[in-house]
Amino acid sequence: MAENKKLSIILMSGEFDKSIAAFTLASGAAAIGYETNVFFTFWGLNNVKKKKGRSFIGRGVLARFFNFLLGGSRKLPLSRLNFGGLSPILLTGLMKSRNVATRDELFNASVQLGVNLYACEMALTVLGLTKDDLIPEVKSILGVAKFLELSAGGQTLFL
Amino acid sequence: MSSFALDITKEHCPMTFVKVKLQLSKLQAGDTLEVLLSEGEPLENVPKSAVEQGFQVLELTRVKGPVHKLVIKK
Repeated sequence: MAENKKLSIILMSGEFDKSIAAFTLASGAAAIGYETNVFFTFWGLNNVKKKKGRSFIGRGVLARFFNFLLGGSRKLPLSRLNFGGLSPILLTGLMKSRNVATRDELFNASVQLGVNLYACEMALTVLGLTKDDLIPEVKSILGVAKFLELSAGGQTLFL
Repeated sequence: MSSFALDITKEHCPMTFVKVKLQLSKLQAGDTLEVLLSEGEPLENVPKSAVEQGFQVLELTRVKGPVHKLVIKK
């Protein structure tokens, strides 16, 4: 059991279902009084791009093409049985019909409850992105040392 | 002092906690929040987490079947 009520999630995955898992944990933890951090790196950054669809963003031709293929939060694929992007739509419909919070509702709840969102400096550099390409709710751009400092004394999860 | 009400009997984890927390964050000192919640995880954990966050549980009673009434005061 950790000493502090603190949860830090490293979200490397850009998959829809892992995004749901991350923001379920983040919003739930924040709601019961945990200091909660989400650190987005590599494909996880797709969750917090300003451009939610497919867009040629970033510095350099290759990076722009890569970011177009990756897309933003509206283009997160399901980790299995994605069926060309149809499954996340079907899953969201299923969640709504079962009165379970959707990925977007969980994300918005996390923001409302003060979950700290951070982006990985190195991954942003590789993808040719800057903080301006990310939603304003992203608090700051961090490296490993700062993330370890922020997460010290709590529980850390890697998704 | 004002009284607020919230029904989370149709909600699922984590929105049970999320909705209570968002409503609690709006309370002023002396305000109360009446929450209708179901047995299981909400009943076990919502009152506990409210107390842990410095709120006072004034009442926790069964209303009907699995539904309970929780009154929290700031």
